[in-house]
Amino acid sequence: MTRYDLPAPDLETEPYWTAAREGRLLIKRCRSCGQPFFYPRPFCPKCWSDDVEWEEASGRATLYTWSVVRQNDLPPWPTRVPYVAAVVDLEEGPRMLTNVEGCEPEDLEAGMALKVAFRQETDEITLPVFRPA
Amino acid sequence: MRAAISGIGQSDVGRRLFRDPLELTIDACLEAIADAGLDRSDIDGLSTYPGNMAIPPGFSGAGITEVHDVLRLNLNWFNGGIEAPGQLGSVILACMAVESGLANHVLCFRTVWEGTAQAGGGRSAVMPGSGRGGGYRADGFMQWFLPYGAPSAANWIAMYAQRHFHEYGTTREQLAQIALNGRRNAALNPKAIYREPMTLDDYLNVRMISSPLCLYDCDVPSDGSTAVVVSREGPVNVESVATAIRGRPSWDQWDDLTTMAARDAGADLWARTSLTAADVDVAELYDGFSFITMVWLEALGFCGKGEGGAFVEGGANIASDGGVLPLNTHGGQLSAGRLHGYGFLHEAVAQLRGIAGERQVPGDPEVAVAAAGGGPLAGCLLLTRR
Ligand SMILES: [Zn+2]
Repeated sequence: MTRYDLPAPDLETEPYWTAAREGRLLIKRCRSCGQPFFYPRPFCPKCWSDDVEWEEASGRATLYTWSVVRQNDLPPWPTRVPYVAAVVDLEEGPRMLTNVEGCEPEDLEAGMALKVAFRQETDEITLPVFRPA
Repeated sequence: MRAAISGIGQSDVGRRLFRDPLELTIDACLEAIADAGLDRSDIDGLSTYPGNMAIPPGFSGAGITEVHDVLRLNLNWFNGGIEAPGQLGSVILACMAVESGLANHVLCFRTVWEGTAQAGGGRSAVMPGSGRGGGYRADGFMQWFLPYGAPSAANWIAMYAQRHFHEYGTTREQLAQIALNGRRNAALNPKAIYREPMTLDDYLNVRMISSPLCLYDCDVPSDGSTAVVVSREGPVNVESVATAIRGRPSWDQWDDLTTMAARDAGADLWARTSLTAADVDVAELYDGFSFITMVWLEALGFCGKGEGGAFVEGGANIASDGGVLPLNTHGGQLSAGRLHGYGFLHEAVAQLRGIAGERQVPGDPEVAVAAAGGGPLAGCLLLTRR
């Protein structure tokens, strides 16, 4: 079954998804001004330089906010509810939307320390997710 | 500014009308033109949000070209598009067209038929990532949201609300007041979708969708069309408009998830008038989700930043009968139906003209705010009775 909810890696994002399959979370950093950023793009969102490089993130993050999702009718999510959608602040600075796993919803707390983990969805796509550190 | 709302119109509104959305649009437009005391031949401008879009189904009921043609208009100016400062951005642009002399009478409309479009498979039938309706794999910014099961504005706004709860101690009982207030007001609106009473217990016990938002924090997909005419003269003056967004136009990369672009548009509205928030007699503030209304209350200075929960607590401040700020007096989109922004403007004008029937607020209101949009979308108008 086609997973319409998963991206098709393209020229720009292929390194990100390849690294995720290997258990590494990549962000991008501008070599011109030093700005780290997410989502990956071929140029710096701060100074527009195209001298940007991939960098392995430490995987450490803190929980900024979240929602316990209890209804989502799109496959494969009906069998996964409830689950936690979250916005986390990576140690390097950028913010990303992800899932928090391995934590009861009532134990979630803004500012809690998280560590990246990896959830394989298909042969092609493995997702960086987060767990309590 | 030198612009006025000279007429308003609205089609039948329903959960599922199974009627041609263009027909609903004609009903609303003809009513607005007649209400302005004009003829079709007087209309020389046309504006809408979001313009013609095939997907998601039901989101755009009619585009500029279709309405131009079916009403056989002769136009000096027109505009339609989704990249606007909220749904009411289309009306704000019309005000500018009139003020600058590009047009004399601009017909503005917004038509939805999301109720009928979702009759087959619910809201998920038209969501991106469904492979239906949307019909595409995750791309653009959605490729970073969809894989995590966060395809809907419900999920994103839930996370905003959760952060507000964390920083300011806001509670579900407080947020509930926006839904309960809407339902009380909808009881007096014959066109509202849900009119039966709702209690706090009903709210607290209904199913959660995406915490902290429950079913009653989400607006109701509907069918209907709303139209207004913008002219130089009319019974309701456009005192001020605002459209600012000073930050990244993104749901998750926005700088402060306890507020939205409304923060910037709201502040700007008062920079262009001698009136203040204290002068407002009635507020019609977007409630695609209840939390967005709380954001607008803070953004427009009806209470301080973070004080939205305390302001609506118990519901007395926002009640139509005696509140300091009657709010969403037609029921809002939560109870009256998701007319997508234009319903708030229609209601603000009706209240200022004293033609809101049973739901007319007391005190002969002279100043109203209509605001629409959530997240990176925000546009608002300050209206005064002539
Ligand atoms: Zn740079």
